Amino acid sequence: MKMLSFQFRVVIVLVCACAFSQSAAAAETLSIVKKREHVQCGVSQGLPGFSNPDDKGNWVGMDVDICRAVAAAVFGDSKKVKFTPLSAKERFTALQSGEVDMLARNTTWSMHRDTALGVDFTGVNYYDGQGFMVRKDLGITSSLELDGASLCTNLGTTTELNAADYFRTNNMEYEIVAFEKADEAVAAYNTGRCDAYTTDQSALYAQRLKLTEPSAHVVLPEIISKEPLGPVVRQGDDQWSDIVRWAHFAMVNAEELGVTSKNVDRMKAAKNPSIRRLLGVDGTFGENMGIGNDWAYHIIRTVGNYSETFERNVGKSTPLGISRGVNALWTQGGLQYAPPVR
Amino acid sequence: MAEWTPKPPRPAPASSVGLGAWARRNLFATPGDVALTVLGSIFIIWLGNMLLDWALINASFSGDDRTACLKPEQGACWPFIDAKLGQFIYGRYPEAEIWRVNLVFLFGFAGLVPMLVPSAPLKSFNIAFLLGLYPVFTFIMLTGGLFGLPRVETTDWGGLLVTLVVAVTGIAASLPLGIVLALGRRSRLPVIRYLCIGFIEVFRGVPLITVLFMASVMLPLFLPDGVNFDKLMRCLIGVALFSSAYMAEVVRGGLQAIPKGQYEAAAALGLGYWKTTRLIVLPQALKLVIPGIVNTFIGLFKDTTLVLIVGLFDLLGIVQFHFTDASWATPETHITGYVFAGVVFWSFCFAMSRYSIFMENRLSTGR
Amino acid sequence: MSERSIIARWRARVGLHDVLAQILVALVLLMAVYWLVGNVISNLERQNIASGFGFFNERAGFGINQTLIDYDEDNNYGRVLAVGLLNTLLVSVLGIAAASFLGFFIGIGRLSQNWLISKMAMVYIEIFRNVPLLLQIMFWYFGVLRNLPVPRQSLSLGEFIFFNNRGFMLPAIHAGEGALWYLLAVIVSLGAFFWLKRRARQMLMATGNIATVWRPTGTLFLLALLTAYLIAGVPFQFDIPVLRGFNFRGGISIIPEFVALLLALSLYTASFIAEIVRAGIESVDRGQREAAAAIGLTGPQALNLVIVPQALRVIIPPLTSQYLNLTKNSSLAVAIAYPDIVSVFAGTTLTQVGQAVEIILVTMLIYLSLSLVTSLVMNWYNARIALVGGTHG
Repeated sequence: MKMLSFQFRVVIVLVCACAFSQSAAAAETLSIVKKREHVQCGVSQGLPGFSNPDDKGNWVGMDVDICRAVAAAVFGDSKKVKFTPLSAKERFTALQSGEVDMLARNTTWSMHRDTALGVDFTGVNYYDGQGFMVRKDLGITSSLELDGASLCTNLGTTTELNAADYFRTNNMEYEIVAFEKADEAVAAYNTGRCDAYTTDQSALYAQRLKLTEPSAHVVLPEIISKEPLGPVVRQGDDQWSDIVRWAHFAMVNAEELGVTSKNVDRMKAAKNPSIRRLLGVDGTFGENMGIGNDWAYHIIRTVGNYSETFERNVGKSTPLGISRGVNALWTQGGLQYAPPVR
Repeated sequence: MAEWTPKPPRPAPASSVGLGAWARRNLFATPGDVALTVLGSIFIIWLGNMLLDWALINASFSGDDRTACLKPEQGACWPFIDAKLGQFIYGRYPEAEIWRVNLVFLFGFAGLVPMLVPSAPLKSFNIAFLLGLYPVFTFIMLTGGLFGLPRVETTDWGGLLVTLVVAVTGIAASLPLGIVLALGRRSRLPVIRYLCIGFIEVFRGVPLITVLFMASVMLPLFLPDGVNFDKLMRCLIGVALFSSAYMAEVVRGGLQAIPKGQYEAAAALGLGYWKTTRLIVLPQALKLVIPGIVNTFIGLFKDTTLVLIVGLFDLLGIVQFHFTDASWATPETHITGYVFAGVVFWSFCFAMSRYSIFMENRLSTGR
Repeated sequence: MSERSIIARWRARVGLHDVLAQILVALVLLMAVYWLVGNVISNLERQNIASGFGFFNERAGFGINQTLIDYDEDNNYGRVLAVGLLNTLLVSVLGIAAASFLGFFIGIGRLSQNWLISKMAMVYIEIFRNVPLLLQIMFWYFGVLRNLPVPRQSLSLGEFIFFNNRGFMLPAIHAGEGALWYLLAVIVSLGAFFWLKRRARQMLMATGNIATVWRPTGTLFLLALLTAYLIAGVPFQFDIPVLRGFNFRGGISIIPEFVALLLALSLYTASFIAEIVRAGIESVDRGQREAAAAIGLTGPQALNLVIVPQALRVIIPPLTSQYLNLTKNSSLAVAIAYPDIVSVFAGTTLTQVGQAVEIILVTMLIYLSLSLVTSLVMNWYNARIALVGGTHG
């Protein structure tokens, strides 16, 4: 009787565990995604321009678009994706444990992360660098004038380390105040707890929008680090890794070839063999990855090419007002370069 | 013969009745008392004046954005609460589905109130509803995915909804778990005893925040490849395990207070361990420690705020989140938001503590 | 037969059935542990996550804005752990002292004959213990302290002490060689204080006379200081904080995160301690108070010599758990960027190194040992005062 009741308890616990569990095996992410009928994508807890819920609660941003592109490639439908907001601390564990299929969470590609955390970076969808934001009335024009300043930043990011390195190399004193959440760091900067807020420059522009008076703050010109931001997948699933990698490449190639969401249907009839291969008219590139041959067609049709997602989310016409800069195509002197579909 | 009539009693001396006497006794008994009373009154007047100025006289009551709350000497910024109230209660729960949450709140309220009124009839049906039907109903209604209800991800839950879900689940799970642990701690079987002691002491020895970190960052690594829980679920488990350890110690206090005669009488009746425990010991022990149990509930309710640190948006978390809305950024927004959240939390906790005192008084008359 | 012996009898009756049950439980437990550990190992291996404690010797590379021991970016993660732990201990110890002090007075106030004071204490208790601590911490930090002025418009106290939104700037005292004499003066006075106190106690026990201790000690202390001054002059240098650039340099700065955390922890815990003190004092028999009055003790004397020593025995055990709670609650520091152990070790270090299992385990072990040590010390103290009570009672 006693033993039975104990076993009974164990059974109940296991049943409950199964009822709430969702399964995803690292080795065949694609088949699990297909069975589940949506991509589970890890994003930030709210960073305008990259991943942020709009007024109606829909996620928008450049990182969100990468997730949508993957969903479009797999299902032909960019809506078949769900988003999990993750803190900087949780993001890798969530990916490792299978809670999300991929991360698109303004995550810096660094060697330590790539080699020691059991994850793979599939590319760079935004070349960024760390910068500083200060109040205009301080009259500062360069981050080298920040000697003795208090810096607000996010705990557990590469920015904490970069700031330390930068100030030490330039023989400047500093005080770091590291918050668990970006929102708290921005709030503390806004109230004057710190002289400067430091993080990736794109995020500085984004967070500036949340300040009481955005125009009273200025982003200093110096970039003190390389922050290549890109999507991340679990190590050891090459097929899935390929799909995420080429979802980004397809958007870059589309821009280079002049294919946009508006003209993509017309372009299907184009003579240019590169375009025909990209849009799946010729070749079996999709099949090789285990998805439809028109994978890139769906990405461009529903999400757009790289230029479209950039301009829509962070570009000159948005509140962030970021110019393409290093994120221009290689043909225009930038760094965005995609291997050919061939 | 004239009948003897007692004289009417004389009134108490004027110096011992009425407001003046009361004040003399309770406020101005000694010169020290006079000083204390004066100082205390000055403090109360100063504080009351400040609060009144802030909450009413200098406060804003209407407006659509921050411009309503930027006058000099600005007090509370109530329109901020007004504009965000829906978010504070439901979080990002889809607007079209909010009726489901309301229905759950309504049923919970309807099930709880007769439960709390000792004279209300049909207690056993009530218990069956609250412990059997209601959790299933709540689960189906809130998550959806069944009976044509659209599925709502737990990442979209927020505000008071999450606070209540975490608190109520924690309360419902920690009491039975705590009883099992308390009994286990007094078990005659050493393996079980040491297991329970270990569990209780570990969970009581570490801060809840590390348990939540473990649940949110570490637990996935303990599970086999590909098995994973919903994040809210993981936090619920963490909170429930944590408070069950505290609950176990409270229950143990009750168990220790049961007089030996009760055990002997039960043994004389030929009852075994389980029957003694179920019929004799537990009912008495639990009654003894009701204040302790309610205190643990109150502690748990307050501790639900910690889930914001691991990225869930409970009431405090969502209030904090909305401070980032630039269109409401004023110097008074923060204080107003915190005061609002504080009043909500305080009302729940204070009500629980008053109810515990009420039950304590009621039950103690029977002893 | 006591309840304990009944349980003992039950234990003695352990039969085959029970042995089997225990073996089964132990087996299930072992299997569960084996399964969990196996999962961790295979997860870590499959995902190529590093494991082990080698990271303790790696260079940390990030800064911390409050360090009680020397620390810079070149130190390793082991040192980070020490810095975080010391910060946790600092805020806990000061919080415990402040909360005890405040809680004691509010508890006494709650029992005051004065209706107004009693009600004020009650309102304080009901407000502060029914609002979540995290909310209180954030209220003080994001709500109240943010309204302090910027460094350039600091509030100052005689140009020595400054308040602004970067915290409190106090002058630092650098001691020269002659400072040893001053130290000696303090030690001598302290020694004299304890010696006098013991003698006063012995005298109280022997004759019932109450001797004052404070006056002779105070006189002695002043004399000792004067002597030290005559010998050594003023061997101290004051390092007064000055505004240079963005912040004050020099002196000691107390960061606002610390202030907010300490304030919230003390105010919150004081409300619980007040209730404990009240219950403890109420537990002392009314006759004791009357007897104290009968032998002519004044109110404070009765409290000091009769009521409190007896109440302490009731007070100590729940007080211990409040002290433990405060220590554990100090982990909420992470919400407002106070660099405690959870923030710098289970936060920054965890994300830099990525070894969640090791780091969370170490953090939990440290808190467990803190709990254990506090419990041991308080149990020892409790046993001591119980014994004293026993001998004289």
